Amino acid sequence: MSNVLGEARSYRISWFALIFAVLGSCVLLLIVAPLLALVLSSSFGELSQAAADAEVTQSIRLTLAAALAATLICTLAGVPLSYVLARKKFYGKTALLAIIDLPIIIPHSAAGIALLTVIGRRSLLGSVTGGLMGSAAGIAVAMAFVSVPFLINAARAGFLAVPERLEKAARSLGASSWRVFFTISLPMAWRDILSGMVLMWARGISEFGAVIIIAYHPMTTPVMVFQRFNDYGLAHARSVAVLLIIICVAIFVVVRFLARRPTREAQNA
Amino acid sequence: MLELESLCKRLSLFTIADLNLRLNQGEYFVLLGPSGVGKTVLIEMVAGFMAPDAGRILCEGQDITTSPPEARDFAVVYQDYALFPHLTVAANIAYGLRARGVKSKQSVGRVRALAEKLNIAALLNRHTSALSGGEQQRVALARALAPRPRMLLLDEPLAAVDVGLRARLRHELRRIHQHTGTTFLHVTHDPDDALYLADRIGVMLGGRIRQIATPEELFRAPSDADVAEFLGMRNIMTVDSVRQGVCRAGGVEIHAVFADQSISHMWVKPEEILLSRQPFDSSARNQFRCTVEEWENSGPLLAVRVSSGGLTLTALVTYESFNDLGIDAGTELYCTFKSSAVHCF
Repeated sequence: MSNVLGEARSYRISWFALIFAVLGSCVLLLIVAPLLALVLSSSFGELSQAAADAEVTQSIRLTLAAALAATLICTLAGVPLSYVLARKKFYGKTALLAIIDLPIIIPHSAAGIALLTVIGRRSLLGSVTGGLMGSAAGIAVAMAFVSVPFLINAARAGFLAVPERLEKAARSLGASSWRVFFTISLPMAWRDILSGMVLMWARGISEFGAVIIIAYHPMTTPVMVFQRFNDYGLAHARSVAVLLIIICVAIFVVVRFLARRPTREAQNA
Repeated sequence: MLELESLCKRLSLFTIADLNLRLNQGEYFVLLGPSGVGKTVLIEMVAGFMAPDAGRILCEGQDITTSPPEARDFAVVYQDYALFPHLTVAANIAYGLRARGVKSKQSVGRVRALAEKLNIAALLNRHTSALSGGEQQRVALARALAPRPRMLLLDEPLAAVDVGLRARLRHELRRIHQHTGTTFLHVTHDPDDALYLADRIGVMLGGRIRQIATPEELFRAPSDADVAEFLGMRNIMTVDSVRQGVCRAGGVEIHAVFADQSISHMWVKPEEILLSRQPFDSSARNQFRCTVEEWENSGPLLAVRVSSGGLTLTALVTYESFNDLGIDAGTELYCTFKSSAVHCF
């Protein structure tokens, strides 16, 4: 009797599990299918040809470097901001948090146009520097604009996870605010900061909308994918796209591995 | 050593008003009070993490009301010990020394000496997550003591551990205090901690310090019924009049042993009160009729509330006695206790 009841119960639970599994699989499929199809459809020969193409490698290097420069500069300026947003209470903090999320919600082509009014040839800055349009610096600014929220939010979450009591205990032991930040807060939050940096870098590398408005040339890889698709068709765009995806995934995996949290056993070994 | 002068702080849940306190060099001072009364806020103000609305904080005669925490030289020990999880035990203990610019080579000796004194030398290379509650406390104390602070601020350091360990840690705390001679300011809600540890106790109720006294003084002569009740005294009676060695409270004559005619309160432990169906002859000087009001479980015993005139008392009885006496609301009983069981203050 209990066996029958038991089966009846597990039968109901399995419907629950089944429906959730099916729905979840749909989402996973949406992500995995196009990527897998893209990688599988391109041949090794096609890829090596693209990798040997100086224009392509030049563009990949530019893309990685511009996104990295944007990430490093924003980390330097953004980590203190994240700390303040995690620790301090002040008037207008909610508004400030909303402002930081703005680049995520506005269309990126519109973001590019907005940037033009600040760094374009006719802007105040442009009248001094000649404008950043069509330069690597301009590309980095566009990348930074659209991707910096990822860094700030991740770093803020990292600082929030550091108990404030630890900082207080440290200060009562005679450490200045500076010392506490560099010896307690930062070492405890670095994993989240690093994962925020990776997210920002990846988001910068993939940026198309804002970048193409600031600079069609020099050509970042996403712009090149678009240009080759327009001018030469799918096959030519595909190999460049796959190459970029492989590089991004490789970076992602390596950094994730470096920033993995140590297990309890490893800590006490 | 430390002086708090008319300290005020208004917060949403409570107000600390006009708080005055003076700590002597090297003493173990316990601030005792129920939770939510502002003890932690007081520690935060003394440590420098929160500014008082008014009043002054002085240390060795110097006004430190606006000094930053790192300049005060008071080390805080928190309830959860707040050890740095990314550092080893040795690096935790050395933290305060390094913050004061002591070179790592020189700090090693001090760290080792302290660790040996506190029996944690074997743990120095471990990470803090592997430590037991008792070990964590000792590491936290070693870390706080390492830079030889002027004072230790302990915020409920025994609240997070279970009863068995608690007694042991209490013993350790006292030993460490005697050993170092540092001034300790310890806040707790537990009268037992205060009784065991303190040179002097300040009882804080409703944002005010109601009484400051040595443990003996405090338990012998609490300043009022609220303090007495917080200290665990039960059946507190207000004395209406004293005549020829007999007190009247709530219209009932109570025999008690006291030397001082100026007493204002009396109390009797619930387990000292006998309930019976009939009056009986004995050496107990207090016996009077009473009526059962209500009862409730109190662990292995029952707490029975009885009243007589304007007096309400609680007696503890076993389940067997409860059934034998046939206790119910309204039952008429006799209540008996010795005059020596009556404590006066």
